[in-house]
Amino acid sequence: MSTPIIELAGVSRTFEQRRKIVKAVDNVSFSVNEGDVICLVGESGCGKTTTGKMVSGLLRPSSGEVRYRGKDIWKMNKEEFREYRLAVQLIHQDPYASLNPAHTIYRILSAPLIHHKLVQDENHARERVRELMRTVEISPPDDFFDKYPHQLSGGQRQRISVARALTVNPSVIVADEAVSMVDVSIRISLLAMLTKLMRDLGVTFIFITHDLAVAKYFAWEGRIAVMYLGRMVELSRTPELINNPQHPYTNALLSAIPEADPRLTRTKERIQLRSPDVPSLLNLPPGCTFHTRCPLYEEGLCDVHVPQLQELEPGVDVACHVAARRHGISLVGETSNR
Amino acid sequence: MKTLRLLMHNKVGFAGFLGVLFFLFLAFVAPLFIPLDTETRVDQIYQLPSAEHILGTDFQGRDIFSLIVHGGRDVMVVAFLTGLISTTIAVILGSLSALLGGWVDSLIMAVTDVWLAIPQLPLLAVVATMIKLDSVVLTAVVLAALAWPSLTRAIRSQVLSLRQREYVQAAQLLDLGNRHIISSELLPNMMSYIAINLVFAMTGAVYSQVLLVFLGLVTLSNNWGVIINLAWTRGAIFSSMAFMNILAPVLALALFQLSLVSFTRSLEEIFNPRLRTSV
Amino acid sequence: MTINDGLLVMTKTVLEVDNLSVEFPARRGLVKAVRNVSFQLYEGEALALIGESGSGKTTLGLSLVRLLPKTARIREGRILYRKDGEEQDVLLLSREGLRAFRWRECAMVFQGAQNAFNPVLRIEDQFIDTARAHGIRDKDKVRAEARELLRRVHLDPDRVLKSFPHELSGGMRQRVLIALGLLLKPQIVILDEPTTALDILTQRSVIEVLRSVRDEFKFSLIFISHDLSLAAELADRVATVYAGKIVEIGNVFDIFEKPRHPYTQGLTQTVPTVTGELRELISIPGSPPDLIEPPKGCAFNPRCPYASERCRQEQPPLEEVGDGQFAACWNWREITERKPL
Repeated sequence: MSTPIIELAGVSRTFEQRRKIVKAVDNVSFSVNEGDVICLVGESGCGKTTTGKMVSGLLRPSSGEVRYRGKDIWKMNKEEFREYRLAVQLIHQDPYASLNPAHTIYRILSAPLIHHKLVQDENHARERVRELMRTVEISPPDDFFDKYPHQLSGGQRQRISVARALTVNPSVIVADEAVSMVDVSIRISLLAMLTKLMRDLGVTFIFITHDLAVAKYFAWEGRIAVMYLGRMVELSRTPELINNPQHPYTNALLSAIPEADPRLTRTKERIQLRSPDVPSLLNLPPGCTFHTRCPLYEEGLCDVHVPQLQELEPGVDVACHVAARRHGISLVGETSNR
Repeated sequence: MKTLRLLMHNKVGFAGFLGVLFFLFLAFVAPLFIPLDTETRVDQIYQLPSAEHILGTDFQGRDIFSLIVHGGRDVMVVAFLTGLISTTIAVILGSLSALLGGWVDSLIMAVTDVWLAIPQLPLLAVVATMIKLDSVVLTAVVLAALAWPSLTRAIRSQVLSLRQREYVQAAQLLDLGNRHIISSELLPNMMSYIAINLVFAMTGAVYSQVLLVFLGLVTLSNNWGVIINLAWTRGAIFSSMAFMNILAPVLALALFQLSLVSFTRSLEEIFNPRLRTSV
Repeated sequence: MTINDGLLVMTKTVLEVDNLSVEFPARRGLVKAVRNVSFQLYEGEALALIGESGSGKTTLGLSLVRLLPKTARIREGRILYRKDGEEQDVLLLSREGLRAFRWRECAMVFQGAQNAFNPVLRIEDQFIDTARAHGIRDKDKVRAEARELLRRVHLDPDRVLKSFPHELSGGMRQRVLIALGLLLKPQIVILDEPTTALDILTQRSVIEVLRSVRDEFKFSLIFISHDLSLAAELADRVATVYAGKIVEIGNVFDIFEKPRHPYTQGLTQTVPTVTGELRELISIPGSPPDLIEPPKGCAFNPRCPYASERCRQEQPPLEEVGDGQFAACWNWREITERKPL
């Protein structure tokens, strides 16, 4: 097997908050091969955004390694880091905050081209900017050259953000809730555009979202990783995860989502949780952090031992004692009670 | 054209702009046509406004209007120089402090803390005894030396907040370099903030210099502060007839300040790209 | 009409909006946020107002309780409130009348549950204050009532009553607001984006709470949302709002299964479902409309695949297109099946 383009090995990240240590990401490992797509899904505070920031090098892990093509990005030499820096780009959530209000669209898109000498002259730059705008389906490009971000709609701004990331021909794009803030009628065309990029340009996508339906649509041929309170609880191929979720948290999420179809949503089976309250990151429960709410909870097991992510079937990795036992696997061993 | 339209868009701001223009004219052009009245007329002291002396006369019978006309230039030059020097220092130190962080930040912040803790007026009094503050430039330098710390803090916090913006992060991710980040991403979004701070620094400088002159700590030739100082020391406050001697320079100062402050409203609109293009 | 097991039952109208238009002045001109809107709210039903940002749905909701910002102007129209055989126009109410109307008859629970509370008051005092503002001074009675309501929204009264708003999670605050809205037993409750910005599991608990209090207190519910799935889940009837107008209104199954307005049809095709296999999604081309200068004719015509010359010239009226279903489209007869836009 070839080297994964992005690999996280035992990555954790802590923050200090009110003199207490908050573990935003706890021992997360996964790898993505070139051209693949993975969606990080979870509720607020699950660590998905922090993970995205570590993948894109905006945050340094407290422990563990983030590797680009097999090399730890924080141990790279200048040359290697530069290559990584341009190869992995991030698209932010808020199209209103991610473009500099003082610059025209042309300037926003041409600055990286000129700075990195990806174009020979002004004419070439214009041609390339036009091409990029066509790639993100903004037309006619010339009409937008002299516009300022505030003159564009949310969907158009988000497309410009994508075009800006594409200026440096990245191999990996981390998209953090990239479609969450645009209107529903625009969302699908934006997603379709990103899907096209993935297919046509072979860009590897790490797609972060709170919306499982969007994740399903975007990563049907890839994988979804579900995170809960800083840990990855399930990482499976999308159709398996959607149709046959193994972790009780994944299952609870899927059953709780209201569907835009009255018959479907009114007949859906709902899973009752033991408690509606999410534990605080400042005071995480011992063992499996989901045990306080989990319908499968077993005393003496789930509240004592931290389950590690384990492959239960090919392409189905789950961190749950009960699910593992159903597959004849025990996850109890090296774990601890913090 | 666009700038002019924006200038006129905010009525208060535009009134301020006209006021500033008026005072500039009064202080720099009018003196060419109106001679400074230096003659002592003992029979005409403390006169009320009349056709001959539109603002009345002072304790020596001099025409107050001519004193006001000639007394504005130094006030404005000192204010402008002070504003310019202190803002420049503040932009450089504030940005360095915010961008470099670490010990540079700690050092600069420690210095501003100490500086802000020193009572300024007594310090000025001490400085004035050591250095003879009789030139416009020297006065401006001393005032700027006092004004920069609070401005530096303001600029620092502005840079810190801008630095967290997603478009600045995007520029980091695109490896566009620090020079680009400062000159293209940060500065354009700070221009209105800097311009407005410059104007406020000027208004501050107007008051502190007039105070210094009034207290006699700075010896400059005729200016609005001097008029107040002389009126005060020559007993104008004891004569009910002499109110014009005090009122005229005080009003001139207040109106000039008001014009400057109002003008900042227009500055905001001029530098805001959102407003620039939607008119 | 309400739907009981697919059976249509005629019921009384509690609120009737008649030809309502609301405008705001803005830099570029007048924002026509609500344009000649008419609809009825029946007793005990849940009506969803669905639309994208800038469609005017929130302004419409706010005008029902006259909580519009000061700059807004109600250009024309009537909002008739009916109770016990009496009828009054909300737009003609006096200050006092309006105050009584707002909480006793019609409660509005806002988007962003955080700002709706006074941050320095305990939840208990928020209840007492609200009651006092409407002339109820018996604190013990209010307290008892509050406890009961909090239990109904699945909260622990002992803990919640003594808490400050910031000590509660987003979902808890939203539920407290629902309880607070029900304090004076209003006949109508209006919810603005009740589940937006809440996590999935929290959203689920709010939905369940809404369902159970509705069963119990039988109030009429209007909820404003951009989220189609919430409408599918909770509404009896759905109204789609586009460019300040209701373009389609009908019972929830008709709206989702046989929409007759191209915009409604477009919306239902853009939202992915999580259950089942991948179904094809089709997006609506173009951008949201400008409310200052809405397109001539039907406001949706620049984005509409069915648009004909007539659509570019004349505004279509709301027309009955099915049993209790109305659509404002000249070409509604052509819109019969799911078809790519």
